[in-house]
Amino acid sequence: MKRINGCQDIESTYDIIVVGAGPAGMNAASTASASGLSVLVLDENATVGGQIYRNVTASPLRDRSIVGPDYWQGEKIAARFEASACHYAPGAVVWHLDKERTIGVALGEASRIVSARHVIIATGAIERPFPVEGWTLPGVMTVGAAQILLKSSAAVPRGRAVLAGTGPLLWLYAWQCIQAGAPPSAILDTTPRGNWLSAMPHLPAFLSSPYLGKGLALLRAVRSKVRVVSGVTELAIKAHSPGLSIEFRRGSRSESIAADHVLLHQGVVPNVNLVSAAGCDLIWDETQAAWQPQTDAHGLSSVPGISIVGDGARIGGAELAAMRGEIMGQHLAQQLGGERRVDSNGAQLTPKVKAYERGRPFLDALYRPTQAFRVGAPSAIACRCEEITCGQITETVRALDVAGPNQIKAFLRTGMGPCQGRYCGATVSELIAAARGIPMSDINYYRLRSPVKPITLGQLASVPHNNEEAKFVQRI
Amino acid sequence: MFQRLPDISGTTVHFSIDGKPTTGIEGDSVAAALLVAGHNAFRTTAVSGAERGPYCLMGACHDCYVEIDGTANQQACRIRLRDGMSVLTQHGKRDLGR
Repeated sequence: MKRINGCQDIESTYDIIVVGAGPAGMNAASTASASGLSVLVLDENATVGGQIYRNVTASPLRDRSIVGPDYWQGEKIAARFEASACHYAPGAVVWHLDKERTIGVALGEASRIVSARHVIIATGAIERPFPVEGWTLPGVMTVGAAQILLKSSAAVPRGRAVLAGTGPLLWLYAWQCIQAGAPPSAILDTTPRGNWLSAMPHLPAFLSSPYLGKGLALLRAVRSKVRVVSGVTELAIKAHSPGLSIEFRRGSRSESIAADHVLLHQGVVPNVNLVSAAGCDLIWDETQAAWQPQTDAHGLSSVPGISIVGDGARIGGAELAAMRGEIMGQHLAQQLGGERRVDSNGAQLTPKVKAYERGRPFLDALYRPTQAFRVGAPSAIACRCEEITCGQITETVRALDVAGPNQIKAFLRTGMGPCQGRYCGATVSELIAAARGIPMSDINYYRLRSPVKPITLGQLASVPHNNEEAKFVQRI
Repeated sequence: MFQRLPDISGTTVHFSIDGKPTTGIEGDSVAAALLVAGHNAFRTTAVSGAERGPYCLMGACHDCYVEIDGTANQQACRIRLRDGMSVLTQHGKRDLGR
């Protein structure tokens, strides 16, 4: 792997550009590169791994048992990538991608325009928005954020940490905190009781998937060490000097717990900003209650030459992302005519992929958050950047007959702050559908435009001034 | 605030927050170092002046903006801590030219 330290080291064109160096991106890149194709990997982080294997090559954790063995699986993927001939640019911010497969990337103080025969988007997932009252208060963050601190900075919450929500990551992080000697003070479980019923038909398939063994032992260990309140149907977080208080409802009873940290989680959803800006079609997936890019069996989006792989295509977890990355690398090596044959183990991978896929419907059904927690209470902020509440959105949609997310922007500025809708897009589209009484299939997502990440005028101005680049800048 | 586990590797990095000298470890993001140093609130918002701190720590939410070495609106979670860095908490909108 050749490390790119500045824009001057980037070639003007590659066979393949991969955005994101998580398990899917690294495996796709390593495999395609082995066939002789030229591959550039652009990644925002300082080290490889994405979020699931965040900082796996440089973690300050000496006791490897704290985070559990799954995390360290990332070392093998990273080592293979390290040994590949890929170009790799850490700290690179991709701010533009279009149908011509032209990418605008900022690296340090400068920016470059680079193009590829094929682009692979492996930008993974973000945590699903959790619009409860007080989710913007300092001291409230996602469970994933807290886990990033553990993996990359060996840090755990000091004082009372309350975990609230649903989903496998919440339980894994609680277990990791126990291993680290800093157990959470309580878990408020918002998994809807009815989910067990809808998940049951998928149980036999789940039992034969590799997920089972891991999950059960973990749940048992956490439940024996931490107070777990199940069936929580309402949450609100208040500033309560010093610290926070979290008010919750369970059945007919309301209760409140004091906390120094509130860590929220209700699953992850594909990060669709770059694909949406590139003009790839999105669809609403009802089983995962999430927007996803439309892809074919090979991961190809609706835009020729742009593929999506890993959790950014559909939530499946790290193991599936890694395998699908590998398969995509093999497929593109053939399609784009790599000089060397890649030893295709696609046939061997297929049964493994199927084994993991079997387990997903049960997890999707069991941990599907209720609509109430997806659309938020009227008093809760929906758009964190512009500080617009869920109630304001509902009222505006009803009063002005707002058609969809792209119209509501004009009235309330939702999705127009620096996060560009990442933490309100799903909430806003569901709120509008609910207020209008129409299905999600009749609602679209924010139409996103470049730059998809904020860049400075200096970074834009640093693009070399030849004819091609001038045309590009005019186009955006 | 967050606390460091006892058994870790990584050399010490010296920086300042609002003029006060403090330390982090090599490999920390600016956000991680601030959280361990006891700062939960990094800025006040441009819209209402409410206090905010990091929410996602993975570059998506943009709530961890701070001023780093004279440049405002920097994502503290995406920038690695370096020796001698001067970090300032932000208040309201950034000023033009910073």
